[in-house]
Amino acid sequence: MNEALRWLLNLPEQRSSIARSIDYLHYSVILATFAGVFVVALTTIIFVVKYRRRDGDRLTPHITAPRWLEATVIIGLLTLFVAWWVVGFSQYREIETAPADAMPVYVTAKQWMWKFAYPSGPTSTDVLTVPVGRPVKLIMSSRDVIHSFFVPAFRVKQDVVPGRATTLWFTATAPGTYDLECSQYCGTRHSFMRGQVVALSPADFARWLDAAEPDHFGGKGGGHGLAARGMEVAARHGCFRCHTIDGGPSIGPTWLGAFGRRRLLSGGGSVLVDEDYITESMMDPLAKIAAGFQPVMPTYQGAIQPADTAAIVELIRSLHDVPPTRDQLPPTKPAVMP
Amino acid sequence: MIDYLHAKRGIRSWLGTLDHKRIALMYFCAVTIALILGGAFAMMLRTKLLISGPGIMEPLTYNRLFTWHGVTMVFMFLIPSIPAVFGNFMLPIMIGAKDLAFPRLNLASFYVYCVGVCFTLWAMIHGGADTGWTFYTPYSTTSPTDVAPMAIGVFILGLSSIMTGLNFIATTHMLRVRGLKWMDMPLFVWAIYATSIIQVIATPVLGLSVTLVALDHSLKMGLFDPSLGGDPVLFQHLFWFYSHPAVYIMILPAMGVINELVATFAHKNLLSYKAIAFSSLGIAFVGFLTWGHHMFVAGISQLDAAIFGIMSMFVAIFSAIKVFTWVGTLYKGSIALSAPMLFFFVFIYLFVFGGMTGIAVATTSLDVHWHDTYFVIAHFHFIMVGASLSAFLAAAHYWFPKMFGRMYPEKLGVLSAIGVFAGFNLTFVPQFLLGNAGMPRRYYSYPDRYHVLNVCSTLGAYLLGGVMLFTLLYLIISLFTGKPAPANPWGSRGFEWRVPSPPPEDNFEQPLDVSLGCYEYDRE
Repeated sequence: MNEALRWLLNLPEQRSSIARSIDYLHYSVILATFAGVFVVALTTIIFVVKYRRRDGDRLTPHITAPRWLEATVIIGLLTLFVAWWVVGFSQYREIETAPADAMPVYVTAKQWMWKFAYPSGPTSTDVLTVPVGRPVKLIMSSRDVIHSFFVPAFRVKQDVVPGRATTLWFTATAPGTYDLECSQYCGTRHSFMRGQVVALSPADFARWLDAAEPDHFGGKGGGHGLAARGMEVAARHGCFRCHTIDGGPSIGPTWLGAFGRRRLLSGGGSVLVDEDYITESMMDPLAKIAAGFQPVMPTYQGAIQPADTAAIVELIRSLHDVPPTRDQLPPTKPAVMP
Repeated sequence: MIDYLHAKRGIRSWLGTLDHKRIALMYFCAVTIALILGGAFAMMLRTKLLISGPGIMEPLTYNRLFTWHGVTMVFMFLIPSIPAVFGNFMLPIMIGAKDLAFPRLNLASFYVYCVGVCFTLWAMIHGGADTGWTFYTPYSTTSPTDVAPMAIGVFILGLSSIMTGLNFIATTHMLRVRGLKWMDMPLFVWAIYATSIIQVIATPVLGLSVTLVALDHSLKMGLFDPSLGGDPVLFQHLFWFYSHPAVYIMILPAMGVINELVATFAHKNLLSYKAIAFSSLGIAFVGFLTWGHHMFVAGISQLDAAIFGIMSMFVAIFSAIKVFTWVGTLYKGSIALSAPMLFFFVFIYLFVFGGMTGIAVATTSLDVHWHDTYFVIAHFHFIMVGASLSAFLAAAHYWFPKMFGRMYPEKLGVLSAIGVFAGFNLTFVPQFLLGNAGMPRRYYSYPDRYHVLNVCSTLGAYLLGGVMLFTLLYLIISLFTGKPAPANPWGSRGFEWRVPSPPPEDNFEQPLDVSLGCYEYDRE
């Protein structure tokens, strides 16, 4: 049944963990659409045949819709629509909320290509390689205009916005090569901004990652290739004049143990320190000031490229496992001081 | 009694006229030219898509063409089409008035429209924006093409739309004939009134948004460009705050036409007057609270997505009520299958299908897959071309005798309705399937597996285009050779059919008698 409907509706294969349940909702909505059109058409045809004008203009009875009938139609349809909203929104939450153990990959979109960077160092262009059966979380930013990351076989899509980090996650369910398309119009060669997602079995993926050409900052396989690049970038941009990575006090909050925790804000409220907040803090530092700190950080908008912001995000993320207490740290200066 | 067409002679009596009927006819010519132009752009686009790879035009040309197609169809044709032509002509007659409240403003709105059209066309020829009609930032603020003149053109067209809306609101409030209560007005007037409210409230936000884009593009103000500190998603909120209600600006008048048609050709009162009137107002107001459903994958919060999702479900109910009422009106009627009625059948099929697929894309998780694919293209063409254009054609046939005093050839009208139905389905049903398969919109080249469906769609577009030209042709010929029309060829109770065809310059010889209601078919 699933395969028959999928074929009829011209849907791509279902190759992510969420694709099948989304398609089931799709089937219910489309079948209801056809049912609705059928009911309206049939009623119209019956009325037209039965009440066709045969004998010129004549008077017709004045009929108003009975209340109960109107109410039934309204309540019936509203119940159906709200049910779709409930199911659709709960699926949307699932699509939008990445599992905590997802493997991060940093994505930089630019006119008209995709760049992928793995925390351990390898990078690639237009081809994203992922393991089957493991959640993959894409942390995406754009260098120029808005793009959109779309893999039809996975039923996922997310705009990639300059100056922001957006995220998308999926778990591929079968090895294979799937189309990646930019779906947000981005200029002259928009339709050529296509790539592929290659899903490999876990063993093949491990071999691929090991053999992959590492980024020139990273060690081969393992290690913290992208984080190492983050250190270099942070030093180059003078981040360590105000931030520490060993938990020490400074002008700005320390990066140690910050990731994944909630931070109190000056002026009340709190924010989860994630890719989005870190990127926002680089681009629009005054938007959310951490409690106890002065609003003195300048914006890095335009001064720092998305690939570099990704490296800094990965650096801060890599520092998240260390508990933020000074006692457990070696009494050294930060690793890099400009 | 001399009719309005012959009351005065000479070109100046037309260009300087304050008669709402003559202004409506000038609008009729203008929007028809816009429709031909927008249609020609569509034909070029579809021709390119016959082949998957590079073909008859460069990518930049293709991108310009789809921008021009969208801008022309939305701002020059769909938004003014039914209100400025049939609303302008019929609204004063339907409420027993001699003219609109502000005849000079009415004429001015036409000339402002013309200036807007000329300016936008000049912008196309001169620099030709390639941003899509949605002008998404920061692409639109950094595009190598001339975005600013195009944006100014859209601004001017918006100004004209506000002027028309204001005029209709004032007229409906102030100029109803003695004894005509709100709940006795023809429902077409209600539809135009609700549309006017949206035009007056929402269009200034469009003007603001495109002005800011123009400033951003030419002066590098950096409101929407992140490399200058701006926020690109803010633009999307501003744009859709107008452009989602604008969808209702395009469909509400069409629904208004359908109300009149159904009552006339079923020869029966509408099943529920209040349901139709209040659902128009419901759409006008709730329609303002759904814009975020265009942004489910743009990076909005989950709470926003939840609210915009549920509001979109609510707004659909109002349309469902209308469909129920129209179909129910046929019950125990005396149904005449004239050409306008056939257009009604085309309308209702396309509207239900288009509306239900609207529910589908408002379902948050499904929209993630469909967003920015051909599914969305097919959905909104079902509503805007399918429903709105069928209603426009229905209105053109239905009111043709009244406006011009001549009949159109009935058999050709039937043929046109069938042709539009066939051509439309062949064009846009394949696009639903393309969207399901994942083909993004605005794609100049596409993977080969989308090829067959694209060819089907293009053949359908040629058929639809051909039928449209055929329709235009026989309507023009009928202007000169059609049989003289009686005052009320359809046996309608509608107020506009109680004046001669075509109406005299001042519309009424005696004040309109509303003692017999416009939907009362149970007594003489």
